[in-house]
Amino acid sequence: MPIAFTEVQETIRMVEMESLDIRTVTMGISLRDCASNNFEDVNKNVYQKITSYAKHLRSTAEEIEREYGVPIINKRIAISPAAELLANATKEDGISLAKTLDKAAVDLGVDFIGGFSALVHKGISKGDQVLLDALPEALSVTERVCASISVATTRTGINMDAVEKMGQIIKETAELTAEDNSIGCAKLVVFCNPVEDNPFMAGAFHGAGEGEAVLSVGVSGPGVVLHALKRYPDADLGEVSEVIKKTAFKITRAGELIGRVVAERLNVPFGIMDLSLAPTNAINDSVAEILEEIGLERVGTHGTIAALALMNDAVKKGGAMASSYVGGLSGAFIPVSEDNGMIRGIEDGALTLPKLEAMTCVCSVGLDMIALDGNVSANTLSAIIADEAAIGMINKKATAVRVIPVIGKEEGEVVEFGGLLGRAPVIGVSNFSSDKFIKRGGRIPAPLQALTN
Amino acid sequence: MQKRAVVTVVGKDQVGIIANVTTVLSENEINILDISQTILNDFFTMIMLIDIKDTNNLARLNESFDPVEKEMGLKISIQLEDVFQAMHRI
Repeated sequence: MPIAFTEVQETIRMVEMESLDIRTVTMGISLRDCASNNFEDVNKNVYQKITSYAKHLRSTAEEIEREYGVPIINKRIAISPAAELLANATKEDGISLAKTLDKAAVDLGVDFIGGFSALVHKGISKGDQVLLDALPEALSVTERVCASISVATTRTGINMDAVEKMGQIIKETAELTAEDNSIGCAKLVVFCNPVEDNPFMAGAFHGAGEGEAVLSVGVSGPGVVLHALKRYPDADLGEVSEVIKKTAFKITRAGELIGRVVAERLNVPFGIMDLSLAPTNAINDSVAEILEEIGLERVGTHGTIAALALMNDAVKKGGAMASSYVGGLSGAFIPVSEDNGMIRGIEDGALTLPKLEAMTCVCSVGLDMIALDGNVSANTLSAIIADEAAIGMINKKATAVRVIPVIGKEEGEVVEFGGLLGRAPVIGVSNFSSDKFIKRGGRIPAPLQALTN
Repeated sequence: MQKRAVVTVVGKDQVGIIANVTTVLSENEINILDISQTILNDFFTMIMLIDIKDTNNLARLNESFDPVEKEMGLKISIQLEDVFQAMHRI
């Protein structure tokens, strides 16, 4: 059946006016064969492997962007967890590895390289420890390297020793990058139940179950969903879900097609399609504004969780039918600094940290890109991570914490991170201490998976 | 082998849009498979299905539209047809 005039117009409108884009094509690369007794060789092997596998990533993505007329915003690389290469290394070696990754990313012209990661949800191995020790400095001396640490899963429980350590690492990273609004913390995620094939940053890494190399795609389009909903101002919530579902379907189909073409031209298997609604600071490209369009005066008010749950589920349903392999985090992201509606919610006092925590129970990830008072203690950061990990562990979903304690800034001030990372109002934390809880350490046991009440 | 692309032309309605656009296509030896056109609020919108033959021709064709775009104040874009098929057909 030929394509109708209105259908062509709809696609063009989505791209031109409603910010439909492929948010990222991410190439996952296994670096396990780069190990060596001599760390100089490791660095050499890593650089060589990444730059040869991803040599044409950027140019191919740009070529396809031109052919299909759909913008591809980011080209990224995810590597197998770097801690695997650091078992016999020193902290300095770890930092040099981060620099090597950064150089590879710059030379290839890719936006970010993720996978400076360790999985420590049950225990910390030698390599993990080296990576954790190197982390604050590694994040402060590199630009494009992203790190993620898994501290909890539903099957293992929460490693509270790692959680304690992460509070300290975040604080230290903030201090080392204090001159740039503690931007180092924007490249560090702490996960519960991380997924192995997530193409989005800062949490992307190439998991242990993945092949040698793989290409995954993340699509986005809050603006498209928002505009679609605007055409049905009086629909009931069942119809709202239907509109979101249909729109997610179309967005995902475009993403899947383009992902497959990129994978084919790079001669790499196609991995998964991650259909997350990821906001940007562009006008109307906001997840919060979708919730407001559904009927909330401001995001964060009563009803926010229900509206978000409806939206998140509808996005998944539409996307699941559109793609043969859905994976990653799939759902809706609610990063504060990257979403104009979320920023306004906080500035107007409608959206608070406890409400954001509650929202993470029903959306795809967690506390994301939230600027905190620079005086927050390491233990309080750990306690925030523990809360979020508990939500993920009990609800069997991925949750994450990417918070930025902005050194020198207090509640009520606004920080500019620039570029895709946007700007954020600084939020205060509770004045009551969680020190004793964090100091106890140990592991919170894995939860029962029955008797669910 | 046929490789189809969709050309969309949007701009203020005026005399000679179709003539100018199709001239560029014929100079590039591109065959037109389908045309539809409408005027909405003074705005001219035309959608053409063309046989681009080889995707390598896309960039060149895009460039050859530049003078027409400038001269007549139009926005002309070319996209492979597959993306519309993927989004609107199961």
